[in-house]
Amino acid sequence: MAEKVEAASLQPLRNHTRRGGHVAVQLVTLIIILGLAGGAIFELVENLARSHITSGFGFWNNTAGFDISQTLIAYSPSTSTFGRAFWVGLLNTLIVATIGIVLATVLGFAVGIARLSHNWLVAKFAAGYVELTRNVPLLLQLLFWYNAVLKSLPELRASVTLPGGTFLNNRGLFLARPEFAPQFSIVLVVLAIGIAATVALKSYANRRHDRTGEEVPVLVPALGLIVVLPLAAFALTGFPLSFSVPHMGRFNVSGGIEILPEFAALVLALSVYTAGFIAEVVRAGMLSVSHGQVEAAQALGLRSGLTLRLIVLPQAMRVIIPPLTSQYLNLIKNSSLAVAIGYPDLVQVFAGTVLNITGQAVEVIAITMAVYLSISLLVSLLMNLYGRTTAIAER
Amino acid sequence: MIEGADSQRAEPLPDIAVEVVGLNKWYGEFHVLRDINLKVARGERIVICGPSGGGKSTLLRCINRLEGWQQGRIIVDGNELTEDPKQIVAVRRDVGMVFQHFNLFPHLTVLENCTLAPIWVRHMPKKEAETLAMSYLARVKIPDQAGKYPARLSGGQQQRVAIARALCMNPNILLFDEPTSALDPEMVKEVLDTMVELASDGITMLVVSHEMGFARQVADRVILMDDGQIVEISAPKEFFSHPRHERTRLFLQQILH
Amino acid sequence: MSATDDWTFLRQERIEPLPPPSARAGAFGWLRANLFAGPGNTVMTLLCIALIAWVVPPLVRFFLVDAVWTGADGSVCLASPAQPNPGACWAFIRVWFSYFVYGFYPYDERWRVDLFFVALVFGFVWLLRLSMPRRDLGALYFFVALPILSYVLLHGAPLIGLSVVSTSLWGGILVTVVVAAIGMVFSLPLGILLALGRRSELPVIRMASVAFIEFVRGVPVITVLFMASVMLPLFVPERFAPDKLVRALIGVTLFASAYMAEVVRGGLAAVPRGQYEAANALGFGYWPMMALVILPQALRITLPNIVNTFIGLFKDTTLVFVVGIFDFLRTIEAARADPKWAGPNTTVTGYAFAALFYFACCYGMSRYARRMEIRLARSVRR
Repeated sequence: MAEKVEAASLQPLRNHTRRGGHVAVQLVTLIIILGLAGGAIFELVENLARSHITSGFGFWNNTAGFDISQTLIAYSPSTSTFGRAFWVGLLNTLIVATIGIVLATVLGFAVGIARLSHNWLVAKFAAGYVELTRNVPLLLQLLFWYNAVLKSLPELRASVTLPGGTFLNNRGLFLARPEFAPQFSIVLVVLAIGIAATVALKSYANRRHDRTGEEVPVLVPALGLIVVLPLAAFALTGFPLSFSVPHMGRFNVSGGIEILPEFAALVLALSVYTAGFIAEVVRAGMLSVSHGQVEAAQALGLRSGLTLRLIVLPQAMRVIIPPLTSQYLNLIKNSSLAVAIGYPDLVQVFAGTVLNITGQAVEVIAITMAVYLSISLLVSLLMNLYGRTTAIAER
Repeated sequence: MIEGADSQRAEPLPDIAVEVVGLNKWYGEFHVLRDINLKVARGERIVICGPSGGGKSTLLRCINRLEGWQQGRIIVDGNELTEDPKQIVAVRRDVGMVFQHFNLFPHLTVLENCTLAPIWVRHMPKKEAETLAMSYLARVKIPDQAGKYPARLSGGQQQRVAIARALCMNPNILLFDEPTSALDPEMVKEVLDTMVELASDGITMLVVSHEMGFARQVADRVILMDDGQIVEISAPKEFFSHPRHERTRLFLQQILH
Repeated sequence: MSATDDWTFLRQERIEPLPPPSARAGAFGWLRANLFAGPGNTVMTLLCIALIAWVVPPLVRFFLVDAVWTGADGSVCLASPAQPNPGACWAFIRVWFSYFVYGFYPYDERWRVDLFFVALVFGFVWLLRLSMPRRDLGALYFFVALPILSYVLLHGAPLIGLSVVSTSLWGGILVTVVVAAIGMVFSLPLGILLALGRRSELPVIRMASVAFIEFVRGVPVITVLFMASVMLPLFVPERFAPDKLVRALIGVTLFASAYMAEVVRGGLAAVPRGQYEAANALGFGYWPMMALVILPQALRITLPNIVNTFIGLFKDTTLVFVVGIFDFLRTIEAARADPKWAGPNTTVTGYAFAALFYFACCYGMSRYARRMEIRLARSVRR
């Protein structure tokens, strides 16, 4: 009953004022907005001219002339353009966001489920984690990870040496770089075939279960197809993988892959912080499934694994997924805090360095905002689609 | 009865369907069930009534071990209930339960609600399970609702689906926990009629209910529970016309006005 | 039907309630049920206890037992033969404390800041404690009188003899509180206007509101601050160029009002439609209806969400760090760079102190919100 009334309240309300009043108000608003905008643009042109800042997007193809500490694609300060710097920054944002989302989800689900544990200690630990991460500002957590934890690692010369030729110091984590021989593509093909075969096997198992009621084991064959088979291919093609081990010089480490402390600090802070929020979302979702559901499933003789899989999770996920996506969006936006520790993400590289060099604040900030807006819009659209499909399923 | 791939009993069922011996249960400090002793014969229809808070639902939920207890024994179909999860699941397979608030699965259709357990617990092929489900849905007189989701059905229809869902597992014992208490008055009759029709089948039924008309019509014995203990057990004729215990008289006075 | 001996039954004597068997009752029972219920459970309990034993004693030692509480410079916090393992450097906090609270606000004028703090707390208590009388006057005080009073006190008004203190001297908790308070005070009315605009049936207003809200919510807060900080001066004639703090305040208020708009919108939607219809039937025009009937209910319904948004706003004040404003967190950063206090524990101590401050404020606010929620649920229940 209440939901119907609420939905109705969302409709714009019919007023009893005259139409003429409506038009007048809108006209006035429009005039005010246009007037302000016009005045603002006039001032903008004047101010830009006075400081000799060019306008337009021509800067995109000018030489950048500055270095970026982490580049996933080829970039050189002397030949790459500002446009190239933009893409480098964007990629850095995306990789931080992706790894952050994966870690936050795993951690968040674990903590959320732990919150619901019957074990009092475990539940209190999880609650403490959530309260701590949600009540301390993200920037403070980021600075803590960066300055207090990672920067206090030993100096280059006193690096911590880990197995596999790995060095850990306050300049970063230096790992061996894998080098793939051409035969490795065969392993990849075998892996792809393994995945496709697993999908087909699962589909066959479902159909067989429908037809005869017996459950065909899928997990072990899947492991074989996805893990054992590619490993065998790997061995048979002569182990086409070598590692270029980092080499510690006097002032520097050469070779290998370098993971920047800025990157690590950002990923850690974002994951730990967002996991606290995700834990609450997961907890709310699990609690939203009434206990009567579990009792009905139990009374039918379903064992607990099946009850979870067939009854609780489908209902819980419906409640979890919308706020979960909004937390993912928050994580992506929060990655812009990279500015505070100098990690070269989109905001730091583009709205930071490029803006300082070209002085074209309007264009640069507009582009930056456009990128984030597009990501937000995309995710919202996907969310709406998901909402519509689940709604259809239930009506 | 359709034979599933497993777990239908080969040997004949014992004469005593449910036996409760010296059952005592505490919620924290509160002594909620006090020294319950009860024997239910195969095919008997028992109605348990009494003032609220008397422990009726709790006793019912102990029989299929939705609730645990601290002292006493319960033996269902010859199997004593233990704390072993596997054994509990095995016993629950053959005991069906209908809840006060239906507890239908909202994300599944009516048909899927009914076929879920036969498919996943009795390992029945899907087609077979659907045929079985449709036959029981026809029995509770709502076969045309099979493709709908529970939210679209009225309360009375939902409860009848819940009954069909329990029946699809071909249980030996059916437990009803206040099945009509959450229904609007005009829908109580349709559910009670379904239960009356079931009763004539010969299945063992334990019903917690305030519906005295149903008790008079169908029950073999009526039990009054109050304060966590069994106060009186009698045949319905005696129970309603010549109640022996003071409490029973008091209760009947209150409820039949 | 096989009749049994207890076919019928009549209880002779009532069974009195007994205490539960000891193995299951009291503290021992609780331990058994909650911590040692099964093998897996017991393992987890033991792991947790091990974790506590591993983490808590070193923390207590560092922050309390081995901590250095007094001293004039960083040398007291360094390792020495007398104290081989110095703990947290609380002396650092003590020495820098007034900087953390006031920034570089002139020493003689600091009473004005203290007065401001008192006036602010008074405003909060008046407005938020449900038992206070005349809370409508409290709202007037909080949203109108207090901002003016604060401006006069903090910035100065030569007319009444208060010297002007430039915002570049402000710092620390003063700035954090000012940013948070201004943000809260202005984002609520603006948010209400935006929410009303979004529900309006006039297309121009609705589209403008939606565009603003979705735009601000879709971009990172930092970019809004950048926009306010870097772009705003370009759009205004030079003589009106706002100073750095004002720009940051504008940025914070803008994004806070977009989030507040969504929260208020939820509240407006939760008001039963019958209220709108009744107000219309009684002849209320749009604005009187909103001000007298709908908004009071909407705000009351959504008050916990409003407080949650305020908590987020309070945490987001740290972001003005990035546009060069010396909020509390930035003063910690500046202080820990002081060579006089260089040492291994300065940074950790500084951050711990900051974390304590923010945790205390945010946790306090969230407890308030939860109590609100409970009280509201109770009053709505029929």
